[in-house]
Amino acid sequence: MTETIHMPQSHISTLALEKSYRKGEHGVPVLRGVEIDVRKGEFLSIVGQSGSGKSTLLHLMGLLDSPDIGEIRLEGERIDDLPAKTRDELRNRVFGFIFQFYHLLPELNLIENVLSPLMIRYSTLEYWKRRKELKDLAGDLIEKVGLSHRIKHKPSELSGGEMQRAAIARALISNPEILLADEPTGNLDAETGQEIIDLLANLNEQQHLTIIMVTHDNAIAEQADRTVRLLEGRIEKLGEAA
Amino acid sequence: MYKFLLCTRYLKTRYIALACIISMTLGVATMIVVNSVMAGFTTQMRDRIRGILADVVIETNSYDGADNADLHMALAKQAAGEYFAGMTATVEVYGMLSFEYAGQWITRPITLIGINPEEKAKVGPLVDYLENTTGDIASWNLPVDVMKYRTAMVERQRLLIEDFEDDPESLPLEPPPFDGIEQTSAELEAPPEFGPATTEESTGDAKAENPFLGHKVETAEPVDPAAPLDGRLFIGIGLVSFPYEDQQTGEIKTNMMVRPGDDVKISTVSRGRPPEPIHFPATIVDTFKSGMSEYDSSRVYCNLEYLQKARGMIAPSGERAITSVQIKLKDYDNAPEVVKRLQAVFPPGRYTVRTWEQKQGPLLAAVDVESAILNVLLFLIIAVAGFGILAIFFMIVVEKTRDIGILKSLGASSGGVMSIFLSYGLALGIVGSSVGVGVGLLFVKYINVIEGWLTIITGHKVFDERIYYFPEIPTAVSPAMVFWVALGAITVAVLASILPARRAARLNPVEALRFE
Repeated sequence: MTETIHMPQSHISTLALEKSYRKGEHGVPVLRGVEIDVRKGEFLSIVGQSGSGKSTLLHLMGLLDSPDIGEIRLEGERIDDLPAKTRDELRNRVFGFIFQFYHLLPELNLIENVLSPLMIRYSTLEYWKRRKELKDLAGDLIEKVGLSHRIKHKPSELSGGEMQRAAIARALISNPEILLADEPTGNLDAETGQEIIDLLANLNEQQHLTIIMVTHDNAIAEQADRTVRLLEGRIEKLGEAA
Repeated sequence: MYKFLLCTRYLKTRYIALACIISMTLGVATMIVVNSVMAGFTTQMRDRIRGILADVVIETNSYDGADNADLHMALAKQAAGEYFAGMTATVEVYGMLSFEYAGQWITRPITLIGINPEEKAKVGPLVDYLENTTGDIASWNLPVDVMKYRTAMVERQRLLIEDFEDDPESLPLEPPPFDGIEQTSAELEAPPEFGPATTEESTGDAKAENPFLGHKVETAEPVDPAAPLDGRLFIGIGLVSFPYEDQQTGEIKTNMMVRPGDDVKISTVSRGRPPEPIHFPATIVDTFKSGMSEYDSSRVYCNLEYLQKARGMIAPSGERAITSVQIKLKDYDNAPEVVKRLQAVFPPGRYTVRTWEQKQGPLLAAVDVESAILNVLLFLIIAVAGFGILAIFFMIVVEKTRDIGILKSLGASSGGVMSIFLSYGLALGIVGSSVGVGVGLLFVKYINVIEGWLTIITGHKVFDERIYYFPEIPTAVSPAMVFWVALGAITVAVLASILPARRAARLNPVEALRFE
């Protein structure tokens, strides 16, 4: 009984997650039984060296890939074996992604990029009907990340920090519950990187967004509530941040 | 929504893809031009054939023909009369045409057709093809200009003979100028009416010895020496003329070897066993140019009564034999029914009942086959364009791998990603084929202007009237054809984008996102 009281509510968890990639004839194991439990509103960072499988773990949690063995649970419900359509829906509504290389669509301008998850969510007709409301929403978010002056710019005309902030706005517009950030500062200088981390920490604090961040930079990782180290496909150490 | 946005953005930014639809545009334009021109040729040709032939023709299998024209017409009318718009009895037989040109006798094989112009007008627009006749109905009277020419010619001959009789030495070595029409226009007289009464006398034996002038001299009453002979002809222009290119101007001109108003000789066979050769002189009343070179260089129309008489097809009782009955229908769609009914009345052993299309079956079938083959070949151009799209789409999918991963991470389904590329293919197809339709239709509209330019640029005639018999390139645009060509091209574009689109849809988003 006491356990349940002290046990904070689990938001997303993995159960004995295994994944290997085929390279030639041999399977290369990447994850070998990873178990993580992330609480609602937690800011977790996963650190590890290149090739330790941290990005793969993030992709699995975000349903971009499916595990060989093991389960992924969202609020206790298994989600990795859902039909493709439902997983697409979950990616669109529950998860928000931020990548190291920003991954904005080069053909679209900033506001269109920010709106793209909503374009995917709604049918053409519905999007057309609500375009004003949705555009206002996107405008607000862009303002929040401080890019109001860049609204019509193409990604190629933005700096790295601006692109990452645009990517965060895009991740936020679908109003996600969990933000998955894959080396969000990996391509930025320390100062800009810090700005991004501050932005994320802010979101975590103010909106109680669950954030899972992958990074190889310990200094960045330490700013999270909790840090997990991934070594050779296993969770090595759990460390509570200050 | 994102599908259309991305697809229009791709359309605007990927010029390489636009390059690959140029071949599609060209294919569509070529197909439209070729089909329109071929349809133009076919329509013109069919119009011409149909104008010369009648809708349905009942023919006797023997050139001897069948007795009693009226009975045949009555029988035909009884069988399917409610569909008929007009009917005429004719005699059709092979023969030879001989005329003198440049000091030699020229002989041509002909199809000799005895007609009654007033009756013939009810089954086909023969008068439209006659070159000197104006008015609604052709007649065996010489047109005014032709009469002028003939009078002048006869007058000149008379003067020559008189000169010769007075002083044979003074005969000019050079013949007088040929077009002396103005000289004697004052002598113009109305041509005598043609009638069976005069034909009795005109077929005398003397004619055989001196066919050109003999019977006029023999006639008892004083007769206008310029009066035409009793045998009258409408003669295909190709039989008595040849085209040549003017050395100075490069224009195509037609040289007439004999003209309306001149007399020629016709040879054919009489009725009965064995067929005896018969000959008679006749005056050319007019030439006709239907535009079907096959007809213009083989057909000669003769006055029916005269031909029947010459071939011995008039029985002592006055009953006239015929070899065919030409019928015009109110609605050509009823032709199969009419043919069926007539075949029941006129049994196949003795008669052949056919529509004009069946009569010209091989020619029309050849044209159909030709255009079918051309269409297949031209569609291959579009198919090649399809492979171009396939190849370029694969490249674009590879290039867009990362974007596909992003879209999937944002929640786009595989189907959604696939439909981006399918609608991209569709958009390319629509753009390609609509530009093609535009170019094609413009080309067809200005085809004769373009032909003119090409002639100027290349220095030789692209569209030679001597060969094609048309003053300009005929075209007929069928909206259905344009629609199917455009639809075909769009379908090819979509089909070509299926494979790359499937590849894009199956892309693993993790793979797609892994590399930068």
